[in-house]
Amino acid sequence: MTGHVDGNAIAGPLADFFSFDITTATGRCRACGTVAELARAMVYVSGAGTVVRCATCDNVLAVLVDTGERAWIDFGGVTAIEVRR
Amino acid sequence: MSFITRGFSGRSRERDDRLPPGQTLVGDFPVLSAGPTPEVDTAEWEFTIRTESGAQHSWNWDQLMALPIEDVTTDIHCVTHWSKLGTGWRGVALDTLFEDVDTDYAFTMAHSYGGYTTNVPLEDLLDGKAWIAFEFDGEPLDPEHGGPARLLVPHLYFWKSAKWVRGLEMMEDDEPGFWEQNGYHLRGDPWKEERYW
Ligand SMILES: [Zn+2]
Repeated sequence: MTGHVDGNAIAGPLADFFSFDITTATGRCRACGTVAELARAMVYVSGAGTVVRCATCDNVLAVLVDTGERAWIDFGGVTAIEVRR
Repeated sequence: MSFITRGFSGRSRERDDRLPPGQTLVGDFPVLSAGPTPEVDTAEWEFTIRTESGAQHSWNWDQLMALPIEDVTTDIHCVTHWSKLGTGWRGVALDTLFEDVDTDYAFTMAHSYGGYTTNVPLEDLLDGKAWIAFEFDGEPLDPEHGGPARLLVPHLYFWKSAKWVRGLEMMEDDEPGFWEQNGYHLRGDPWKEERYW
């Protein structure tokens, strides 16, 4: 069995990944399995944060909280995101 | 301090000491929503407290209305930096609802119609500090403000006052609810500016 390296090793791959326009990406809903473009999701913008919901089943796909100095992103409602090069 | 004294002191404006740090007064009542507004008919509404033994204490709308109803005038503070002073509510105190509830757990998760959750320590719900509120400013609570009934915990930031509340689940540990999982503070005391992790 091979060992592991620390999280610095994902800096390059993640920077590549997030350099794509995320709205053209597709995601698979963890609740209903629908694979859809994130641009088709339903977005609720409140003062506390932004909530992205599946257009098929209403499941929360992602939550974004941005205070200016600090930001959080939760993609817990999608099983995977696909970006195309 | 009188107006004249203040005028001569050269200070532009006294800060209202009812205003927690980092807050600004508003006259209106901004609406925060993490999802679609659930339309809950009072004929179908139910509120349930669930304990570690599996016991469920439930009230339908008529049963809630039959309980002692309190008038509450309180300041409210939103984490998005607005505060509103002297707001008027009517509701049933959580003390009343917990009278016959037997639990050793110290924490609760509030659950709402529509799926929203927020965690609140039990001690923040008791001793006249929290209500199930169903009237605001003398009118039935609008659905967009959390009607037919919302949790009202005014000494904590307003995201803790769960709109469309349908129940409380007793918890052994203080586990994070919806916003608390995404950066917001587990407790949310505005006087300590407990906004984020
Ligand atoms: Zn879905």
